[in-house]
Amino acid sequence: MSIPVLKFDAVIVGAGGAGLRSAIQLSEAGLKTAVLSKVFPTRSHTVAAQGGVAASLGNSEEDHWHWHMYDTVKGSDWLGDQDAIEFMVRKANECVVELEHYGMPFDRTDNGKIYQRPFGGHMSNFGEKPVRRSCAAADRTGHAMLHAMYQRNVKANTQFFVEWMALDLIRDSEGHVLGVTAMEMETGQVVIFHTRATIFATGGAGRIFYSSTNAFINTGDGLGMAARAGIPLEDMEFWQFHPTGVAGAGVLITEGVRGEGGILRNANKERFMERYAPNAKDLASRDVVSRAMTTEINEGRGCGVNKDYVLLDITHLDPNTIMKRLPGIREIGLQFAGVDCIKEPLPVVPTCHYQMGGIPTHYSGRVVTPQNGDYNTIVPGFYAAGECACASVHGANRLGTNSLLDLLVFGKSAGDSAVEDLKAGKAHRELPKDAAEKSLARIAALDSRKGGANVHETRLAMQRTMQNHAGVFRFGDLLKSGVEKILEVEKAARELEIKDKSMAWNTARTEALEMENLIEVAKATMISAEARKESRGAHVRDDAPDTPEFPNGRNDAEWLKHTLFNPVDNSISYKPVNMQPLTVEPIALKTRSY
Amino acid sequence: MERADYERLRWRCIRRALLELDISLTRFLDEDFESLSEEQKQVFVEMADMEDHDLWYLISGQEECTDPRYAPIVALLRKS
Repeated sequence: MSIPVLKFDAVIVGAGGAGLRSAIQLSEAGLKTAVLSKVFPTRSHTVAAQGGVAASLGNSEEDHWHWHMYDTVKGSDWLGDQDAIEFMVRKANECVVELEHYGMPFDRTDNGKIYQRPFGGHMSNFGEKPVRRSCAAADRTGHAMLHAMYQRNVKANTQFFVEWMALDLIRDSEGHVLGVTAMEMETGQVVIFHTRATIFATGGAGRIFYSSTNAFINTGDGLGMAARAGIPLEDMEFWQFHPTGVAGAGVLITEGVRGEGGILRNANKERFMERYAPNAKDLASRDVVSRAMTTEINEGRGCGVNKDYVLLDITHLDPNTIMKRLPGIREIGLQFAGVDCIKEPLPVVPTCHYQMGGIPTHYSGRVVTPQNGDYNTIVPGFYAAGECACASVHGANRLGTNSLLDLLVFGKSAGDSAVEDLKAGKAHRELPKDAAEKSLARIAALDSRKGGANVHETRLAMQRTMQNHAGVFRFGDLLKSGVEKILEVEKAARELEIKDKSMAWNTARTEALEMENLIEVAKATMISAEARKESRGAHVRDDAPDTPEFPNGRNDAEWLKHTLFNPVDNSISYKPVNMQPLTVEPIALKTRSY
Repeated sequence: MERADYERLRWRCIRRALLELDISLTRFLDEDFESLSEEQKQVFVEMADMEDHDLWYLISGQEECTDPRYAPIVALLRKS
C-alpha cells in the first residue's frame, strides 16, 4: 500500500504551550516546520491553566532565581534533577519577557511592570516567607499564552495540520527517529511525516484515572507512541491530585470553597478533618486532606450507594456569599453533581490533576534513554517538552505555576536544540520500507476485528482500576493486585472492536487509538508505583509511614533515584537523580515540610 | 445534518480545552441535540466554535446570554 509522504525539517506533535513555543524557534530559524494537533491549537488543554507562570522578575518585591530553584527542588521532594531545575528557573525571566513581546497581555502594576502574585510553595530567601512570583493574565493565562504564540507561529509560516492524530513514531534500525505516521480525521487518510527532527509536546494523560480534572483530550498520545517505539517512561508513579473534584465528573472545586468556610463530612455527617488536622481542619494542605478523604472512604464512611465519595458542605453559608465569592460553584454543582450546593452538600473525591513523569529528556529537550550503561544516551532526532516530558524538574511533586514555566522553557529549549542539530547539516535519513506498517496494521485490526472489547467499557475498567489501586493514597496489597488487574485490562485494550468503519470523521476509531495510548501510561504508572516502596512527594504509601528514621516515609538511602519503566518487557530499572546544579552548590537533602 | 458534518461537530464538542465543556457538550449531543430544528442545529455549530471560556461562562451563567438565537440552546445546555 502506497502511503503519501510529506517531507518537513521538523514535525511537532501537539499544539499546546510546549508545541507552539518550540515551533516558533524552528520556523523563525527558517526551517520547514509542521505542527500536528487533534484540535485547533487554542483549544489545547493549556487553556485550562489559570494560576500563572512563575518567574523571579522581582517586580513586586525582591526575588532571585536561586530562591525559586530552592522551592522547586524542595517541592519535588529532591527527586527533580538540579541541573534541569537551575536551567529552568534561570531561563524564566527571559521566557516571560519574550512572551510579553509576542503580545501576551499580562496583568500590570501601576507603573507598567508585569504584576506578580503569590502562589503556594513559592518563597523568598530559601523558604522563609511567601513571595510574589506568578505572572498571570486575569484568569485566562494559559489561553492568552496560546493566542500570543499561535499568532507568532502564523507570522513565522509554521504549517498547522489541525484535526490530525499522530499514530506512531518512525525509527530506523539504528534507532534514529525519522518522523511520525498520522491520520487526517476528515478523510481517515494515513500519511507519513518524514522529518529530520520530531518533537513531542502532547501533554499529559490524566484520563487514565476515573476522577480527573484533565479534559478528555489528555490521553497520553506521545507517551503511548514513545512506549510502542521502545522508549522507557520515567517516574510515572508520580501524579498530583487535587482533593476536591466533583465525584463522577472530576470537575475541579476550587480551594476557595474551603477557604470561605466549606466543611468536609463523611456518611455520618461528621466533620472528619477535625480528627486528622485538629488545627487547620478543612484548610490543611492538599495531600493531608486527600489522604484523610481516602481513609474515610476506605474505612467505609464514604457516602452514596457505593460509599465512594465524601461531602463538601457549604449549606451553612449565606447564599449571597456563595454567589458573590464563589462564582460558578453553584452551577458546577447543578451541572455535574445534580446538586444545589445552597441546599445540599457537594459529592467530592481526590482527583488526578497533573503528571510529573514522562518521556525522559535532558534539559536541552533531547530525549534520552539508557544504553550500554549510559543512562542519558540521546535518541537522535527525537525531542520532547511540556507535561509529556520528564526533564525532570517537577520530580515527585510540582509547584503551582511551574507547569506553564516548564512548557515555555523546555518548549524553547527543545526547539533550539533541534535547530542546532539540523543546522549541523544532517540530511533526511532513508525511511525504512515498513515505516507505516505498524500504524496501518493497528487501524486494519480495529476495522476488521469482531467480538473484541468495547472501547468505552475498557476505558472505564482502566480508569476504575487506576483510581482504586493507584489513587492519591496507596496501599501495598492494592498496588500488587492493581498490577494484575491492569495487565488484564491491557489484554482487552489490545483487542478493541469498533462498530463504525467509516473513513471520514470516525470518532470511534480515534477514541480506540487514544485508548491504545492510555493503556501504556496506565500500565507504566501501576507497575512503577508498585515497585517504589517508599513515600515521596505525591507518591504516598500506607506501608511507608512517617517515622523518625524516614520522615514523611521518604527513604533516600534506597529510593533517591528515578524510575525507568521499560515498555518492551514491563520491567523497571532506575537511574540516579542529578544532584549537581549547573553553577551553584547542590541543594542539600532535608525533610520536606511547609 | 449529514453524517460527516455531525461527526465533525461531535469531535469538536468532545475534545475541548476545558473538562466542563467536554462533559456538558457530550451530554447535550447525546440527549438534546436531535430535538433541535435544523436552523437551531446550525446555531449550535456556531456556538461550538466559541472560545472555551466564553462558552463556559455562558453555560454557567457567569455571563449573560444576549444573543436571542443562543438563549434557547443555552437553556437546554444548562438543563442537560
